[in-house]
Amino acid sequence: MIKSVVISGVGGMGVLLASDIMTEVFLRAGFDVKKSEVHGMSQRGGDVISTVRWGEKVYSPIIGANSADYILALEMLEGLRALPLLKPDGEIIINTYRFNPLPVSAGLAKYPENIIETISSQVKTHVVDALNIALSLGNARVMNVVMLGAFAPFTRIGKEIWLDVIKENVPKKYIDVNLKAFENGYSITGGE
Amino acid sequence: MKVLLSGNEAVARGAWEAGVKVATAYPGTPSTEILEELSRYEEVEAVWSINEKVALEVALGASFAGARAITSMKHVGLNVAADPFFSAGYIGADGGLVVVSCDDPGMHSSQNEQDNRYYAKMAKVPLLEPSDSQEAKELTKIAFEISERFDTPVLLRLTTRISHSKSIVEPGERIEGEERNYKKIFEKRVLLPAVARKRHVEVEKRLLALKEFAENFEFNRIEMGDKRLGIITSGVSYQYAREVFGDASFLKLSMSFPFPEKLVKKFASMVEEIFVVEELEPFIEEQVKALGIKVIGKEKVPLIGELNPQILRDAFGIPYEKKIFHLPEIPPRPPALCPGCPHTPVYYVLKMLKPIVTGDIGCYTLAALPPLSTTDSCVDMGASIGNAFGIELAYRRRKEKPKIVAVIGDSTFFHSGITPLIDMVYNKGVGTVIILDNSTTAMTGHQDHPGTGRTAKGEEGVKISIESLVRGIGVKNVFVVDPYDVKNLKEVINREIHRKEPSVIITNRPCVLHREFKGIQFSSVRVNPELCTSCQICIRLGCPSISMKDGKALIDEITCTGCGVCLELCPPKAIFWVDPQAPSVRFPKAKKSKE
Repeated sequence: MIKSVVISGVGGMGVLLASDIMTEVFLRAGFDVKKSEVHGMSQRGGDVISTVRWGEKVYSPIIGANSADYILALEMLEGLRALPLLKPDGEIIINTYRFNPLPVSAGLAKYPENIIETISSQVKTHVVDALNIALSLGNARVMNVVMLGAFAPFTRIGKEIWLDVIKENVPKKYIDVNLKAFENGYSITGGE
Repeated sequence: MKVLLSGNEAVARGAWEAGVKVATAYPGTPSTEILEELSRYEEVEAVWSINEKVALEVALGASFAGARAITSMKHVGLNVAADPFFSAGYIGADGGLVVVSCDDPGMHSSQNEQDNRYYAKMAKVPLLEPSDSQEAKELTKIAFEISERFDTPVLLRLTTRISHSKSIVEPGERIEGEERNYKKIFEKRVLLPAVARKRHVEVEKRLLALKEFAENFEFNRIEMGDKRLGIITSGVSYQYAREVFGDASFLKLSMSFPFPEKLVKKFASMVEEIFVVEELEPFIEEQVKALGIKVIGKEKVPLIGELNPQILRDAFGIPYEKKIFHLPEIPPRPPALCPGCPHTPVYYVLKMLKPIVTGDIGCYTLAALPPLSTTDSCVDMGASIGNAFGIELAYRRRKEKPKIVAVIGDSTFFHSGITPLIDMVYNKGVGTVIILDNSTTAMTGHQDHPGTGRTAKGEEGVKISIESLVRGIGVKNVFVVDPYDVKNLKEVINREIHRKEPSVIITNRPCVLHREFKGIQFSSVRVNPELCTSCQICIRLGCPSISMKDGKALIDEITCTGCGVCLELCPPKAIFWVDPQAPSVRFPKAKKSKE
């Protein structure tokens, strides 16, 4: 059985770090794992998605429409944009953080209203206020790790593995704040 | 211990394990990380070349000297390197020579989606296509062996989804090859017509031998399943097809040129119906059909863009659980120039002055999008200058002449901008060239180049001055300007676009993501809403940190880097420095005093 998660967000938010950590966790938990993303043009503040797939044997590193078991959305609008990738019975874990795309800032387009309601009326939705959690820890940049924590319980992989991999993948002086960020996210979605 | 590697990292690892001694490249998505990885191995001489043509020539030189050499580039880079690539096909390889082409189906970061497998056929060199990271490593090692055994360069072709996907790899040890000495081999390397004629005969013999090799190559393999359906596939398409047609029989080709005819015929005789599943062009399909074998290929599998499992299911009518989501209109989130980008004020000024702007390849291509919308063309590396000169020539005999500006980045200028500038000067061209010197190759992730004076190995080398170079070419009007000083920038550009001689303007601020700024907490600017008149002039910069809230401009202080350009442009002077004493991208050593 292959499972797939799509991590969506904005270039510079730490989508790639989150997917790197996740991929290493799956490897250590004994799964075959593949992840795919695109570098280059898309990183300059554009929308970014990374796909991670794990299971006994994984072939394709990417997916198409209606194929993801989970979407982990680091930004609201990007959760909405990625939604067509979700399986009919898939679940989305979504950050309430809003970051205006340039056409919205410039007054050329509108940021959709009521995104959470739009999504939760159609699929199983887990809402995380990762910005405020990160701010309460004193560092807005750990939002991505809060979200990673919120996703972790769905994988049923021991928390210790997650914590070990995070420790190895963030700068030394930020280890503590990242571990706290993970724990905070983890407790939201039913982890202990 | 098994590790996770991207396809690019795996190619680098494979080359290292194969004892590679020399590695060359010019950065280009999705190929860049191959050389970045190789530069970390102590045993490898890894260099950033000025462009792909030079990169291949340097690698070929290393092969002359008996060393194993690898050169890597994006698909369009092989167009630049095509000249030496074809000659290398005739010359062969003494030290193993591997040319890596990273194609970009779907054009995530490219101007076209050409299928470089055809280059192998045209240059008559063997082609290898890995389908995951483990194979990328193995096939790189095998490529060196094939290269030396058959006296040929080898084309190793990856695609974005191989290059940038991570999967599990079993690393091996390095096998250090013997030290060999340079040998003069006139009858191979001096491609005079008389020599080349003989070489072509050898090349054809070599192809026959390689074809035999491909027939029995362990990575060209049949995986038998249900005999009613056979799939012939290669590269990442193998993974998609494996997932979609799990029970079918497969012929997985890792070497599809020279084409293993006997193997394909054998497979065809073992199955009832055949699909060819490949991304982009019908490269394999054409060769199968030439054998008189009936297959279904491009009439179902899309020829345009990337594939994925669902696209294949849709193409062949294989059902899956579908759900239509009801979505409101979703605004696009195009990539943008960063907050404080030194290119932004240049395009802001160009937008005001309205010349024809021929563009080039780099971050600044993003200025073609709203709200700056100030680029008329983007063709290939270095094209801006030749295009501008061509427009001028077309108008040369007319009375009304347009103002023309070519805009090119520093790394792009070194890559392919020097020759067209010489061309323009020599041919009495008139026009302004703006070189956006941000001291790095920004778009591909900040690689060094001759203008930075730092090598791929991180050593300090010779820094080549763009200003001196341009003056040496014979441009008399050369101006180095600070792009953040918008008033002066506008004066200089406005003066130069009216000049009846070639002129070059060099902007001299580093990229805001440059390593020299690493770790600095930049001070930002702030809007006083009482003074803001909602004129939206700051909005027109297209800076991602500036937006309108409740009718007033608002600056996001987390992302603002303090270039101060909006502050300077604001008519009612409603923008001010949050902390005038703190460092900003405008005043990196801190201590600005202009209030």
